[in-house]
Amino acid sequence: MITQARFPAASRLLHWMMAPMIVAMLFIGVGMAASVSARYDLLVSIHRPLGIAILVLCVLRMVNRFINPPPELPATLPSLQRFAAKASHILLYALMFIMPLVGWGMLSAARYPIVLYGPLRLPPILPHDLTLYAWLRDLHTALAYLFFATFLAHFGAALFHGVIRRDGVLESMASWR
Amino acid sequence: MNNMNRMPFWFGAGAVSNVGVRLGAIGTVMLSVAGAFAYTGGWLSPIRLTPDRMMAAFQDANGIHVGFRRNHAKGVCVTGWFESSGQAAALSKAAVFKLGRVPIVGRFALAGGAPFQSDAPMTVRSMALRFLPLGGQEWRTGMNNIPVFPVNSARGFYEQLLAFAPDPATGKPDPARTRAFRAAHPETVRALSLIKKREVTSGFVNSTFNSLNSFRFINAAGASVPVRWSTVPVQPFAGESAAPSAAGDRNSLFDDLIAQIAQHPQQWRLIVTIGQADDPTNDATLPWPAGRRQIDAGTVTIDQAASEDSGRCTAVNYDPLVLPSGIEPSDDPLLSARSAAYARSFTLRAEEEHEKPPSAVTTQEVQAGGKS
Repeated sequence: MITQARFPAASRLLHWMMAPMIVAMLFIGVGMAASVSARYDLLVSIHRPLGIAILVLCVLRMVNRFINPPPELPATLPSLQRFAAKASHILLYALMFIMPLVGWGMLSAARYPIVLYGPLRLPPILPHDLTLYAWLRDLHTALAYLFFATFLAHFGAALFHGVIRRDGVLESMASWR
Repeated sequence: MNNMNRMPFWFGAGAVSNVGVRLGAIGTVMLSVAGAFAYTGGWLSPIRLTPDRMMAAFQDANGIHVGFRRNHAKGVCVTGWFESSGQAAALSKAAVFKLGRVPIVGRFALAGGAPFQSDAPMTVRSMALRFLPLGGQEWRTGMNNIPVFPVNSARGFYEQLLAFAPDPATGKPDPARTRAFRAAHPETVRALSLIKKREVTSGFVNSTFNSLNSFRFINAAGASVPVRWSTVPVQPFAGESAAPSAAGDRNSLFDDLIAQIAQHPQQWRLIVTIGQADDPTNDATLPWPAGRRQIDAGTVTIDQAASEDSGRCTAVNYDPLVLPSGIEPSDDPLLSARSAAYARSFTLRAEEEHEKPPSAVTTQEVQAGGKS
């Protein structure tokens, strides 16, 4: 019998709001880095404000996690899978917090204006420095691939819980009852 | 029950029949997502034009020049200011057009990816400007001393680079390839005939530089007009002289520029041309008809020159899409292409910064007043 507790409503709301944003962000990022087409400008102008929105929501989400702790994983879950779940969640939180900051920082170090929308711009958070920019730009790419791989693992694990183990873990986040 | 007993324990108590099919389905879904990501990143499309392929074409055409811009590689930094006349303020709400003075960090350069080429009169000259008004709404623009751009698409630019790259066997472009390129790009043939007819002046300070791409000015009421702009020299015209200024000076154009700036500040008027509804904004190979309304937006004054090795333009990407609120890109596809390619060039030279040799125009040369 499935007795798995669900995530609190606020946690589910934040998760499902951010999930499409983050996946879109990864696809926009990898797409714009491989484009010289007329879409490039549009993609970049979505990428910047979307990244900052993810940063803001991520902070809200961390606060929410303290207020509304997630349900325990099923007791039957083997320890290796339990560890993988914990570690991948820490990694996902870290990446959704660090990625926007690295993006903001690298634009700052290159002295590109950090345009959100229209006249709205963010101030630079780092000094104008080519070497610093190069380092952060490469880090941004490396973390993006790590982020995509972690997302894929998370997605695969969710499906594994849902259609193989059928232990209620998928439903604890993905159910609209 | 029998079936379940054979399941690995990590499949859980709820293990089900058809596990192979279910695992296969999960695998298929994950592979599809990964495939879509790889497709978006261009890994499954060897013919898609990407910034990296554009950089590879520059390398084929010019060789490897670590730490330099991939195009307009030879240049010097300058600084000065823009004194707005206030006349463009009715058309654009950009802070830079309000009456007053705005600092400028600029760069003069020669087109092409060869940072140590000898200055030659027919080489395309460029002026890049970074306007820095208070409040951070900066504006960057790169302009050339040609009336129209030779290509109207990223693909055209790429194919032109490859068609005119020197053949390793002869050291010259392969005539068969240049012929094929011309046949495939009649717009370039038309543009090059206009470019060849241009009046080449004696140097940078009496050259007119044109934005080539179209943009849009947006005013406070939200009205939008298509524009192109130029910097028109205040310095009198002087034709290109037959005799080189100093025999054997590989940097003659830059040395003249440095000496002239040291003598007294050099000035250009920023002339904005207002397009009409039918004027082509999406094709930089096409000139706009003569007689379009023009506005004198103000004066650019350049009073200091510096080598790239110590100047303030070096760590700047003159990305044409760095625009203030009040100036917007047009539908010209070259703007996105330039922005994407410049960004990649900027990243590459930032990565290579510590290996970069001194620029052709050195700090000592600028300090000596332009004499090498």
